[in-house]
Amino acid sequence: MDTVLSGLATGFAVALDPFNLMLVLVGCFLGTLIGALPGLGPINGVAILLPIAYGLGFQPEAALILLAGIYYGAEYGGRISSILLNVPGDAGAVMTTLDGNPMARNGEAGRALSLSAVASFVGGTFAVILMSLFAPALAKFAVTFGPADYVALMVFAFASLASLVGKSTVKTLLGATIGLMLATIGIDANTGVARYTFGIPDILAGIDFLIVVVGLFGMAELLSLVEHQARGTLKSLPVDRSFVRMADLAQTKWTIARASVIGFFIGILPGTGASVASAVAYGTEKRISDTHGTFGTGDVRGLAAPEAANNAAAGGSMVPMLTLGIPGSGTTAILLGALLMFNIQPGPMMFAQRPEVAWGLVASMYIGNVALLVINLPLVGLFARMLTIPQHYLTPLIAVLAFIGIYTIVGNPHDLFMITMLGVFGWFLRKLDFSLAPIILGFVLGGLFEDNLRRALSISGGDWGILVQNWKSVLLYLLALLVVLVPVVLARRARKVAAA
Amino acid sequence: MKIVYLATAMACAVAAPAFAQSTIDKPECIAPANPGGGFDLTCRVAQTGLEPHLTAPVQVTFMPGGIGAVAFNQFNTNRTDDGSAIVAFSTGSLLNIIVGKYGAFDENDVRWLGTAGADFGAVVVRADSEYASLKDVMDDLAADPQSVVVGAGGSVGSQDWMKGALLMREAGGTPMQMRYVAFDGGGDAIAALLGGSIEVYTGDVGEMVPYLESGEMKVLATLSPDRLAAPFDQIPTAKEQGYDVEWTIMRGFYMGKDVSDADYQAWVDAFEAAYATDAFANVQAERGLLPLNLSGEALTASINGTMDELRAIATEAGLIK
Repeated sequence: MDTVLSGLATGFAVALDPFNLMLVLVGCFLGTLIGALPGLGPINGVAILLPIAYGLGFQPEAALILLAGIYYGAEYGGRISSILLNVPGDAGAVMTTLDGNPMARNGEAGRALSLSAVASFVGGTFAVILMSLFAPALAKFAVTFGPADYVALMVFAFASLASLVGKSTVKTLLGATIGLMLATIGIDANTGVARYTFGIPDILAGIDFLIVVVGLFGMAELLSLVEHQARGTLKSLPVDRSFVRMADLAQTKWTIARASVIGFFIGILPGTGASVASAVAYGTEKRISDTHGTFGTGDVRGLAAPEAANNAAAGGSMVPMLTLGIPGSGTTAILLGALLMFNIQPGPMMFAQRPEVAWGLVASMYIGNVALLVINLPLVGLFARMLTIPQHYLTPLIAVLAFIGIYTIVGNPHDLFMITMLGVFGWFLRKLDFSLAPIILGFVLGGLFEDNLRRALSISGGDWGILVQNWKSVLLYLLALLVVLVPVVLARRARKVAAA
Repeated sequence: MKIVYLATAMACAVAAPAFAQSTIDKPECIAPANPGGGFDLTCRVAQTGLEPHLTAPVQVTFMPGGIGAVAFNQFNTNRTDDGSAIVAFSTGSLLNIIVGKYGAFDENDVRWLGTAGADFGAVVVRADSEYASLKDVMDDLAADPQSVVVGAGGSVGSQDWMKGALLMREAGGTPMQMRYVAFDGGGDAIAALLGGSIEVYTGDVGEMVPYLESGEMKVLATLSPDRLAAPFDQIPTAKEQGYDVEWTIMRGFYMGKDVSDADYQAWVDAFEAAYATDAFANVQAERGLLPLNLSGEALTASINGTMDELRAIATEAGLIK
C-alpha cells in the first residue's frame, strides 16, 4: 500500500507538471475528436501522433501521457458519432449504436451524450483505481487465462449475445455466419495457409475490424441516408436541449457498476479489448434487466452498459502492458512500441526502473478521466447541434471523413474498395431486414474463438478435455448456461403469475 | 508524385556540378508497417545513426499492409528507381518472399543496401520450469516430439515457428511433428508461457532484456553463432550445448531495382561511414539491437546464402514445393 501511495505521489508530481497537464488536456481533446470521427479510432490516433511526439523530442513520460490521453479520449469520443449518426466512431463503440442512436432519433441526443459521458467516466475511473491498487496481482491472474479459458469466454459472449436476436432468428444466425466467414479470411496462423485471399496480398493479414465496422455500418448508413433523401422520405430530427437527469443515473447505477467490472476484467486479458468488453456488457445487461423488451429502442441502460465497459476495458488493457510488458489491445501494442522508441524497456521492471514514466502515466489517467468529463459535458449541446446540419452537407462530409480515416490505418487504397464493397453489401442486407450487429459480433468473437480453440487443441494434442480442465472455463460455461436459461425461466414464471 | 520527381530532377540538374555523384536530397525510410513496430525501430536506427553521414535528415514514413507485401510490391512496380527512399526489412520479410506471400517478386528484384543490426533467437522457459538446460528440452523432443508444447508469436511458416522447426529437426524429428501453438504476437505468447499454457517459447534475445532482471523466465540458449555480450553473456549458445541451431534476425534496408549505381553507392558509403563509429553502435544498443554490420555486396551475398538455407528448410517443412 505504501508503495502504491508513494508511487502515486511521484506520478501526480509528474502529471501535474504544467506542461504534462497541458498534454493530458490536449491529448484528451484531440482524442475525443479523433474518436468522434467515423473510421478514426484510438489506434490511428495514437499511430498518427506517435511520430509527431517523437519528432518534437518530448520526454518519454510526456509523450506517453499525450498518447494515453489520446487513447482514452478516443474511447470517449467514439460514442458521439455512434449516437448521433448511427456510425460507430471506433470499434469499441459498435454496441453504443444499438440504444444510443434510437435515443437521438427520439429527440434525446443531448441526454444520450451526457449520460454516456458519465458512464464512460465511471467506467474509466473505476479501472484506474483498480489498476493502481492491484495491478501486479491482476496481471498475474490475467496471464493464467489460457487459450481454453478464452474459448469459454467466447462461448459466454455468444450466449449473452443470443439475446440480440432480432425479428427473425434465421436472419440473425445467417448474419452471425457471414461474420464468422469474414473472420476466416487471411493467413491461418495454425497452418500458415492463406484462406479466401484469392491471391490478393492486401488481405493476407485478414480484414481489419475497423474496415468491417466502417463499411457495414458507416457506409451502409450513408447509402440509406442518400436513398431516403432521393425519395424525399428523410425524417428531419428534432433539435433538442435534453440533458442527463438524476433519474437516469439512479436507473443506470447498477448497470454502470456491472458493466465497469465486466469491461475491466475483459480489458486486462491480453487478446481481448474494448469491442469484446462492450459486447459482453451489453449482452449481459440485456439478459439481466431487459424485462420489458425496451433494449434496442433507446433504453438508457443499453446505452450506459457498453460505454462504461469500453472505457473500463481501455484502462484494464494498461495493466498487462505496464506490469508485464504485454499489450492487452492493439492500441497498447503501439504504446509499447512507443516506449521502445524512447529507450524504455517496458516490462516487469518498469515501475522500479522508471517510476516517473509508469506512475506518471497512471496519475495522468486519473486526471484525464476528470478532464474528459469536464470537456465533454459542456460540449454536449454543441455535438447535438451536429444533427441540425442539413443532410446534403452532412452525408458527403461523413463519407469523406470515413475514407480519410480508413486510409490512415494502413495507407492502402485497397481498403477504400473494401469499405465501399462492404457498404453496398450492408445496404442490401438492411433492405432484406438483416440486423448488422450479429455480423460484427460473429466477426470479432468468431476470430478469437477459432484462434483460441485451435491453440487449446494444439496444446492438448487434440484432446478436447482441455476445454473443461480448470475452474475458470467451467465457471464461464456455467455462467453461459445461466444467461441463456434464467431469462427463459423468469419469463415462464412471469407468465404463470400473470395467468394466475 | 510526378511533380516531386520533376522538381527533384530539376534541382539535381541545377546542382549537378556540386553533387554529381548523388541525388539523395530527401532521404526517406519506409517502414512497411504501422508506427511503433519493429520496422519503425529499424527506420529510427537509420534516422539517428545516419544523421551525421547524410546531407539531410532521414524522414520516416509508414506503408503498412499485407505484412510488408504492399511496400515490396510498390518498390517493384512504381518506385523502382527512387534513389532517395530505403525500405526496412527483416529476416521475416525474406521468409515471406520465399513462401510467396510477397507475390511474384523475389530477392533479385530489389537492391539490398545495408543492415541496421541483428537480434537472435532464444529458447525461453518459465523460471520454475523443469527444463534446466537446452539438453533437457532436446532430449524430450527426441524421445517424443509430441511431448513438448512449443509456442511463439507467429503463424506456422513464420520465423518464430522456424526456430522451433530447426530445434525439432536437430532433435531428429520433422517440423510438422512439433506441437506448435501460434499466438498473435510475442506478447500473447509470453503471457501464455507465464500462465503455463505453453512450456517452451521460441522468442528473441532482444525482447528478453526486461525479464532477465525480474527473474520470471529463464533463457536456456541463444540461437546466435557466438556468445553474446552483456547482459546476455551468461547465456550459453545452442552450439555450445552441442546443437547446431542458429537463428539470426537481420534488420536492414533495401532499395528499388532500378536505382542508379551512384545513388546506391552514396547510401552504402553513408552506412559504411556510420558503421565505423561508436555513435552508431550506441544507437543500435539503445534500440535493443545487437551489432551486425553488412552493406552492399557483402549484404547481398549474405542474403543470397540465407535465402538458399531458408528455401531448403521451407521445402522440408512442406511450406513450398
